[in-house]
Amino acid sequence: MNGAASQEQVLERVRASLGRRYRQERRFRLYGLASALLGLMFVGLIFGTIISNGYTAFWQTQVLIDVYFDPAVIDPGGGRDPLELARADYNRLARAALTELFPDVRARRDRRSLNRLLSSGAAYQLRDMVLAEPELIGKHRAVWVPADDEVDMVVKGYIDRSLPEKSRRVKDRQLAWIDRLADAGRLERHFNAAFFESGDSREPELAGIGGAALGSFYMLLVTLVLSFPLGVAAAVYLEEFAPRNRWVDLIEVNINNLAAVPSIVFGLLGLAVFINFLGMPRSAPVVGGLVLTLMTLPTIIIASRAALKSVPPSVREAALGVGASQMQMVLHHVVPLALPGMLTGTIIGMARALGESAPLLMIGMVAFIVELPGSPFEPATALPVQIYLWADSPERAFVERTSAAIIVLLAFLLLMNGAAIWLRKRFERRW
Amino acid sequence: MKFSGLFSAEAIVLKKHHSLPALAGALLLALAAGSAHAQAARDYISIVGSSTVYPFATVVAEQFGRTTPFKTPKVESTGSGGGLKLFCAGVGVSHPDITNASRRIKQSEIDNCAANGVTEIVEVKIGYDGIVLANSVDAEPYELSLRDVFLALAKDVPDPSGAERLVPNPYRNWRDVNPALPDEPIEVLGPPPTSGTRDAFVELAMEGGCKTFPWIAAIKKQDKQRYKAICHGIREDGRYIEAGENDNLIVQKLAANHHALGIFGFSFLDQNADLVQGARIEGVEPTFEAIAAGEYPVSRPLFFYVKKAHIGAIPGIPEYLEEFTSERAMGQEGYLVDRGLIPLPPEEYAAVVDRVRRLETLGPTLE
Repeated sequence: MNGAASQEQVLERVRASLGRRYRQERRFRLYGLASALLGLMFVGLIFGTIISNGYTAFWQTQVLIDVYFDPAVIDPGGGRDPLELARADYNRLARAALTELFPDVRARRDRRSLNRLLSSGAAYQLRDMVLAEPELIGKHRAVWVPADDEVDMVVKGYIDRSLPEKSRRVKDRQLAWIDRLADAGRLERHFNAAFFESGDSREPELAGIGGAALGSFYMLLVTLVLSFPLGVAAAVYLEEFAPRNRWVDLIEVNINNLAAVPSIVFGLLGLAVFINFLGMPRSAPVVGGLVLTLMTLPTIIIASRAALKSVPPSVREAALGVGASQMQMVLHHVVPLALPGMLTGTIIGMARALGESAPLLMIGMVAFIVELPGSPFEPATALPVQIYLWADSPERAFVERTSAAIIVLLAFLLLMNGAAIWLRKRFERRW
Repeated sequence: MKFSGLFSAEAIVLKKHHSLPALAGALLLALAAGSAHAQAARDYISIVGSSTVYPFATVVAEQFGRTTPFKTPKVESTGSGGGLKLFCAGVGVSHPDITNASRRIKQSEIDNCAANGVTEIVEVKIGYDGIVLANSVDAEPYELSLRDVFLALAKDVPDPSGAERLVPNPYRNWRDVNPALPDEPIEVLGPPPTSGTRDAFVELAMEGGCKTFPWIAAIKKQDKQRYKAICHGIREDGRYIEAGENDNLIVQKLAANHHALGIFGFSFLDQNADLVQGARIEGVEPTFEAIAAGEYPVSRPLFFYVKKAHIGAIPGIPEYLEEFTSERAMGQEGYLVDRGLIPLPPEEYAAVVDRVRRLETLGPTLE
């Protein structure tokens, strides 16, 4: 009797608390969901602002002008000497073409502000056209040339026309001229190829991430070539061959420590060792690559060791059992099985290296470099550094270009991390 | 099946790389050798220095690179002090040829240069830069005196009761500093101590206001260190907010926060006149004309320094100097002026051009 009563009591208590426990459970899940959603919202917010700020930079306003390639300006001697042709005043051609469109603008001051509508890149474009095709001299040709960054900002709607003229950089007269060009169909937004092809420039309409992307590519190449073999070799030795003693423990602790050292420290190390001691050139991607190698090595070693550890001992024992040497066992069986994991670790390490800018500050890669680097020894910047430099530029048009560069960097990172996930999904084996 | 294929392929790859560490070592050596080669012949000008001069130097460098057969110079933004340190480290291709500075070279830096064999330095003054205190266009404009600026931002200020002693800055509102000012809490976004803009602001605005107190000015003669500590100390109680070297960021923060003031270079005010307005200081509005005429009190000269020993060794230096000092760049209507540089007055400009043409060097002691 007594026992049944107590059982009844217990059940009562359980039933009484049941609703509360369900509610607790639901709340707990809700908290988790809420924090996940909050995180997602912030990511969405960041991506949203960057993309909405930046996508317009992939288009650039261009002006259609009818250029007369005047032989008297380009080649007064008539010798068609390329050096002579390169030195000519192409600005005059562009300006003459613009004046033709606005014959009513006469005063010198007005002409000056009219000429501001065209980018200084127009002259370089005309020069390159003539150098590539000298037969153009003496002919008329309609050419799309880049508009000035301020015109671009007006066309893209970043300038509030209702503001008083004094607090606008683009004046009323210029706005009227822009409208006239637009009405005549001479103002169009074209795909901004220069943004992907050219190096840095102080003219936003000519600035591109080509140089920075190339610099990042060289740096990652050096990093990959050095850190992957070194990292894998170190991991294989530590995991498969090294004796278990105090020294190996010490090395292990150090590697784990290095993975957590702030990247700026590696920059300082690079400055002291590679530039000051070994005398390597400042601002060169090869030095950047070496510094990033030091930074990613611990990550790769740790990931590779984890991958090696996950290979079951039965594989090793079977190999040794049929008479393989230890080296054969490692190279023929264990490493190939662990390779997908190692590659995933490497790609994630490389993605981190791609987004790194602090160590590059110390080795002179935060610099204004216009020419595309032809080799890892020539000065270059990297994508995150280019973003930093543009974010600090006073011209308004660099705001959208900064965001556009961030979009490109994010695309690369997404690609690399996506590749890491794909590799893992495709080749990973579970035992 | 799929896996066995993968194994054999990767095993082959790995067989080829039997001695991975040796391979990497060889690569390192090759890299070092390559770099020595790259270092032996530098065919571009290397420029370092001030982040304030950077926007001007880069424009000239780009123009120079596009219009001459020479390569575009490499311009690094290291800060004035950092640039002079690199510049003075020695003569040779691994050292920069030119350094930009938003202040004049110091005697200690000339001595450091000389100790490393850099004895012939050509000084080029390129123009002026104004430092502005600005707030959002949607807020009330400020009309400040240098004394107001000092009282609002100094770490220790003279006792408000009038006694000749210092008390920790008690002011929380601009109205406490000067009843004519807007009723707003003091909140100023400015550059950190590593910045040349901060140095110049402290020297011109803070010290300018500080020495309007006769008894502090009198300290200068007795104890220069103490005078400097009083006049150059910026408050650290959170009312002066170090906003990093990025002036654009300060402008954007001001546009969002109508209660704050920001400190930055004139070119950023010039480019963002639709977002921010400059405070009048000592009754003078920070306009291009006022700074050029020397009426605006917080303005400073900008320089660059050239290593004469590198002329001839590195191609293009004389041509770069010519481009920078040309009328179309640095002149009254030059392209640098479009970028916010305040040009030198015509007589001073002519003198600079003349000195550059003769490559006149600085003496071992500053005059």
